[in-house]
Amino acid sequence: MSEAILSIRDLTVEIPTRHGILRPVDGISYDIGRGEVLGIVGESGAGKSMAGNAVIGLLSPPARIAKGEIHVGGTRIDHLKGDAMRRLRGKEIGMVFQDPLTSLNPLLRIGDQLTETILAHLDVSRSEAEKRAVAALDEVGIPGARERINSYPHEFSGGMRQRVVIALALCAEPSLIIADEPTTALDVSVQAQIIALLKSLCRERGTAVMLITHDMGVIAEAADRVAVMYAGKLAELGPVRDVLTTPRHPYTDGLMGSTPLASRGKARLHQIPGAMPRLDALPSGCAFHPRCPYAQDKCSVDPGPDLADGNGAACWFPLPHDAKVA
Amino acid sequence: MTDRQLPPDMPIAVKDPSRLSIALQSDFFYTFKRSPVAIISFAVVVIMVLAAIFAPLVAPYNPFDPASLNLMNGFSRPMTPNAFTGDTFWLGTDDQGRDVFSTILYGMRISLFVGAAAVLFAMILGITLGLLAGYVGGWTETIIMRIADVQLTFPAILVAMLIFGIAKGVTPVEHRDQMAIWVLIIAIGLSDWVQFARVVRGATLVEKNKEYVQAARLIGRRSPAIMVRHILPNVLSPVLVIATISLALAIIAEATLSFLGVGAPPTQPSLGTLIRIGQGFLFSGEWWILLFPAVTLLALALSVNLLGDWLRDALNPRLR
Amino acid sequence: MLAFIIQRIAQSALVLLVVGLVAFSMFSFVGDPIDNMLGQERTQADIDRLRGQLGLDQPFPVQYVKFLGNAVQGNFGISYRQGRPVADILLERAPATLELAAVSGFLAIFMGIGLGVFTAIRREGFAANAIMSLSLIGVSLPTFLIGILLIYLFSVELGWLPSFGRGETVRVGGWTTGFLTESGLKALILPSITLGLYQMTLIMRLVRSEMLEVLRQDYIRFARARGLRERAVNFRHALKNTLVPVITVTGLQLGSIIAFAIITETVFQWPGVGLLFINAIQFVDIPVMAAYLMLISVMFVGINLIVDLLYFSIDPRLRADRTKAH
Repeated sequence: MSEAILSIRDLTVEIPTRHGILRPVDGISYDIGRGEVLGIVGESGAGKSMAGNAVIGLLSPPARIAKGEIHVGGTRIDHLKGDAMRRLRGKEIGMVFQDPLTSLNPLLRIGDQLTETILAHLDVSRSEAEKRAVAALDEVGIPGARERINSYPHEFSGGMRQRVVIALALCAEPSLIIADEPTTALDVSVQAQIIALLKSLCRERGTAVMLITHDMGVIAEAADRVAVMYAGKLAELGPVRDVLTTPRHPYTDGLMGSTPLASRGKARLHQIPGAMPRLDALPSGCAFHPRCPYAQDKCSVDPGPDLADGNGAACWFPLPHDAKVA
Repeated sequence: MTDRQLPPDMPIAVKDPSRLSIALQSDFFYTFKRSPVAIISFAVVVIMVLAAIFAPLVAPYNPFDPASLNLMNGFSRPMTPNAFTGDTFWLGTDDQGRDVFSTILYGMRISLFVGAAAVLFAMILGITLGLLAGYVGGWTETIIMRIADVQLTFPAILVAMLIFGIAKGVTPVEHRDQMAIWVLIIAIGLSDWVQFARVVRGATLVEKNKEYVQAARLIGRRSPAIMVRHILPNVLSPVLVIATISLALAIIAEATLSFLGVGAPPTQPSLGTLIRIGQGFLFSGEWWILLFPAVTLLALALSVNLLGDWLRDALNPRLR
Repeated sequence: MLAFIIQRIAQSALVLLVVGLVAFSMFSFVGDPIDNMLGQERTQADIDRLRGQLGLDQPFPVQYVKFLGNAVQGNFGISYRQGRPVADILLERAPATLELAAVSGFLAIFMGIGLGVFTAIRREGFAANAIMSLSLIGVSLPTFLIGILLIYLFSVELGWLPSFGRGETVRVGGWTTGFLTESGLKALILPSITLGLYQMTLIMRLVRSEMLEVLRQDYIRFARARGLRERAVNFRHALKNTLVPVITVTGLQLGSIIAFAIITETVFQWPGVGLLFINAIQFVDIPVMAAYLMLISVMFVGINLIVDLLYFSIDPRLRADRTKAH
């Protein structure tokens, strides 16, 4: 069993505001191993992106890591600041953002953007860096890489741009990639290609991937394990097949029921009543209990149990209910 | 638990919160209370406005009543008894024996009056043209916005100077001093209407397509009524910010024009005119004739500017 | 793109024609040139003769065209006040204004951009906040007040610098310059600070706000996520993107330096075209007013046009239709 590339323990992010302290990330823990893709799924505002930002150290003030530990490649990094953290970014941890159009500086050629990243982290000559830049473009499937290296971002289509972004994230050879909604801004036809590309590249290099998305389809396609987030906490965590086919947390069950699947045929989509609570108006106990069809008294008092290492649901009465002891 | 004994089924009357208390609890007032800059500048502006309005009551002398002037009082130093007459003036006197403190109060009057009137003029003109351009569209809009663009190529001060110069040329000499203030107001106002027009036009275009306007149209309300009753209130917020900043600019513009000699005349001097007069005495040592009007103008302009800046930040939805 | 250029030039020409019309109308309707040129003792025959000579009996449009024709050839008539050709007077006094404007412009640009970048990068620091507060004063203080206060401090109290005039000037060809003498250079200091301060403050605040806006962009975040040094992020990425819109506005600002010179020249009795204009207004010297107006307009319209075209050529996105991707 290889040592985890990314290890998060009890991570909590706090934002002090006029109305009190908000916790977009509240005590989450998970590991990602070499070459493994962990999908983080949840509705908008559940805290998925915040966790990713915390790992790479790009939380915008006043948000800050209040508790917990983050380890990358065995080294603790959550307390690092300034230049120490900067050295890790790109070199150990890479990130891919949602919108490829705004991720690239419109006034710089992509070749320049690639070589500067390579030169910042790897000790190579400029001409060597340029060669690697062309190779990187090639690897992500841009045809005619040698000529396109001198193009500007606006001269590429959306899907091509995201490939360039992936090339940029991988060119300094990080051991972990955080992909924050990498396909949301793309055409459906292109999404599958990008996911496949990301998956194959990372598998080849053994890069760990934190794949953040709200799209269950992407999770099913790309992830090995999946973590479901709700109102800042982890609701469920487990291998993708298990979680998607036999979800244990009622919330996950609701999510699966509201996702269109070919297998369901024409059956009506189920809708979870209500909406995810705002961070400044969290219910007592388990945050999901007001919307949960199986809620009991205990649920409004005690938030769910801690997840057993790497697997399980944060629910007092996990599904399937016929297996429960009364 | 309350200690009042009420029958259990009696509804307890709850007073609707008054509009004032709603305002006082709003985010806007909160940021105001929190910002010392805003409070101080607001206070300064209020004091100056009051001083200017009540100048005849507050000023110890009327500097423009020839009968009350005593040339022997000329060039008195601040807070020092005059060698000839024994009178003491807080801020000294100028070459004609006028009390500097009083001239400043009356000067502020003119400065504020011209500034406010000019902005009001610019607002009315700009808002009207902006509403027209946005609502009517077509050639009207194109013409108005083209004129606006062209006028923007030139600095406002230059436009104001030109208008003043032309007006001066067509007025007979005897009336020039009297007309100067009004010409000044019109000149500064005309040089400033464009930004109001632009903002209002933009907002009008946005509001025009909203449902409530279309509804008003459907039930047969006439265009001017729609524009004024429905669109105007929605446009007030950005206009307010621009107005405050315009006021500061208008006050500075008036001061500059008067300083250059193409503004308020010495018979009805504004702070700018006073500074012009004061500059003449700089080298001969009577520094107070220049300094006090200068500091007053500085305080006034600074306060209005700071207030406008703060207002802009407070009303900017993006920064919240 | 050619269409764009032609349209802009046509627009500019139209504006100039309108300005010409305004200038010409001033001649026709303001004051009476006959009054100004003939003394009290004039007969109707004198008036008629002069009328014919000056072409004042011709219809309006004809006079207008003649007027324009003259203007284009540099003939602006005779100054009412000085009795000399306006063109000569203008040429004599132009170098003074131009030198002053040039020095002020350099000051404004370099200090403005420098301080703007500094206060954007170090936005929380004490120095930055102090500079921003001072800049607010710079914007609120009328130019003439700055000049007067500078005179008070450096001429009256300290006696270091002259309070009026250009000092000694040297004729070089058709140009009189103050750069070559010590007194000339000394005389330039206070006026150029006065003239440049307002522009510098504006540029500084513009650069700062543009840069802050740019620093909020996704591509800056992505650059940080790739672990680029702060220096590279600030100067290679942010600055370049900041300067593009700044150039447009700055160009327009600099044009107005020549107009604002009117004020500075009055404060310091600087013998340039600005002071000439003010005196002309006070004496209702129409020919001088009209000539100044037209020249200034040509300058403003010209600058506007150049800046528009410049902007067009700098931003690669606007050139998209020329460099298509292969």
